[in-house]
Amino acid sequence: MGRIEINAALCKGCYLCIEACRKKHIEIDDRLNVQDVLPVRVIPGTECTACPRCAMVCPESAIEVFHD
Amino acid sequence: METKVFARPKSLTDVTTHYCPGCGHGVVHRLVAEAIDHFGLRDNTVGVASAGCSVMMYKYFDVDTLEAAHGRALATATGIKRTHPDLTVFTYQGDGDLASIGLAETIHAANRGEKITAIFVNNAVYGMTGGQMAPTTLPGQKTSTTPAGRTKAREGSPLRMAEMLSQLDGVAFCQRVAVYDPDQIYEAREAIFRAFETQLEGLGFAFVEVLSACPTNMRMKPIDGQHWVEESMCKFYPLGTFKDDDA
Amino acid sequence: MERCERKTLTMGNIAVAEGAIQAGCRAYFGYPITPQNEIPEYLSRRLPEVGGIFLQAESELASINMVLGASAAGTRVMTSSSGPGISLMQEGISFLAGSQLPAVIVNVMRCGPGLGGIKPTQADYFQATRGGGHGDYRTLVLAPNNVQEMFDFTVRAFELADKYRNPVLILADAILGQMKEPATLVPEYPPLDFDKTDWILNGAHQRPARNLRSMYLEDDDQEDLNYVLQRKYERMEQDEPLAEERWTEDAGLLVVAFGTSARVARAAVTQARNEGIRAGVFRPITLYPYPRAALRALGERIKRMLVVEMNCGQMLEDVLAIVPPDVEVRFHGRPGGGVPTPDEILEKIKES
Repeated sequence: MGRIEINAALCKGCYLCIEACRKKHIEIDDRLNVQDVLPVRVIPGTECTACPRCAMVCPESAIEVFHD
Repeated sequence: METKVFARPKSLTDVTTHYCPGCGHGVVHRLVAEAIDHFGLRDNTVGVASAGCSVMMYKYFDVDTLEAAHGRALATATGIKRTHPDLTVFTYQGDGDLASIGLAETIHAANRGEKITAIFVNNAVYGMTGGQMAPTTLPGQKTSTTPAGRTKAREGSPLRMAEMLSQLDGVAFCQRVAVYDPDQIYEAREAIFRAFETQLEGLGFAFVEVLSACPTNMRMKPIDGQHWVEESMCKFYPLGTFKDDDA
Repeated sequence: MERCERKTLTMGNIAVAEGAIQAGCRAYFGYPITPQNEIPEYLSRRLPEVGGIFLQAESELASINMVLGASAAGTRVMTSSSGPGISLMQEGISFLAGSQLPAVIVNVMRCGPGLGGIKPTQADYFQATRGGGHGDYRTLVLAPNNVQEMFDFTVRAFELADKYRNPVLILADAILGQMKEPATLVPEYPPLDFDKTDWILNGAHQRPARNLRSMYLEDDDQEDLNYVLQRKYERMEQDEPLAEERWTEDAGLLVVAFGTSARVARAAVTQARNEGIRAGVFRPITLYPYPRAALRALGERIKRMLVVEMNCGQMLEDVLAIVPPDVEVRFHGRPGGGVPTPDEILEKIKES
């Protein structure tokens, strides 16, 4: 199994990662980040396979992926 | 034991970019930085920026960078590489820069077989100036200077740079890729790695055309911009390897 | 060995090219245009002999931007051209100035405007001394008037370019480029070298990454850059003005001319002196920074001046701005490839 770390401060809110994730592991946060956009966050309780499609599409390289 | 399987490349600085949400530049930057990391080139590279949105790439790449005049990146890079052949030199150019105002510099650098890696980001529009027609704007595509859509009769057809350059003897590697989804981004990564390897092997000019979205100037949501690249751009600009001397 | 023992009959363009070699220039990028083709032809053979790079570019646009790249990486680099080619290079010269990069650019002037012809001219004075391209910048400009100076000033140009991290122009013309004279192709002293290790782009090895650019979008950074440039130009204006004076001590009339015109003026003034006319010659060697103080001082006591140029009065504007208002300034110019004769100037001296 895997895990992602999102650097929410870098997130611009394009949400391409949400589209890329096959496990529906990512959603839009409800609090603005330092750039005044709603960043993405991990949905608690959902699964990550460390595939790493979300990180691949992130234009800000804001996502790092870990594998057990 | 947990291992990091995807990390931010070391050759990228730790700042957020000025690029719009969903812009392809960020991904292409990362792929170039990954190549620089992979081949251990951080201490030995000079990147040449072009006029356009990516002119500020010096903020994002943790390597030496030089700002070239509009269209002249490959001439400027030639000056560096010829006098310092041990440096790894790459240009990072948009479609207006490489395919319009700098077409002569592009073709001649490629034809001379300059041992330079040229990263060409084709998003079919002038981004930084606000969405005017590019040399690669698609037939029928509306821009702020083709309000009724580009026509062959008035503006001519878009230039297919990868096909053109692959005809030149000096070009050792030439591929067109896209960055609209993870699989294509993986292909693009391979191509950019290969383009740096081509330079390191001294084979000749290495060219990667990257089809990329400019959602802001296409007046699209980020994800729709990616779909437009896949559905519209890839039809006119077929992906593939046009030349690989080492293959 | 004494310099005078080593004189060889040399063409002006060759003197420039060999001067570059002797100054440590190790890269040349250029595009053919008459009347300066001997420079690239000579360097295409000579540069490889000393481990340098010669590349014929696809255009003057490409040439000057290749120069910019080589300069940013720390190489002493030169290009040369004429008229239309120098016009095309203005974009790159502006970028060099804005990015604070050294380079030597040789303009063997041909007459214009437009394509013009290959005859000599001094019509590019404005272009050379006012920056030439867009933006608030200056280039140092050296004006030789013989083959020896074509060599010496080229060597000096590389020193000045590195000293100020600024483009330096050699402003010659078709006569100076094409004529042959005895000249010593050995520098008067070993050319000065300048440490560039703290700014060049040579790979960020054991140091933070660097960037060289002319665009600053944030806050007042672009304005700040312009003030940095202006302070540099003030230092140039303080330290670098150079002029040659002949027979000025007792002169009642001063002929002001540079380059080829100054040579002809000197012949005319020699003749005038033989006829008992107390005339002198003031020849600016640096056209930017202009030797203002020296000319102003002469204007305090010499109240008649004759400006001679191979154009319709470009340096004339500087002279008028510099000399005291009670100096009577006359002008004799020949545009479009015309070269004044000594007799022609002598006649004007007599009229003045």
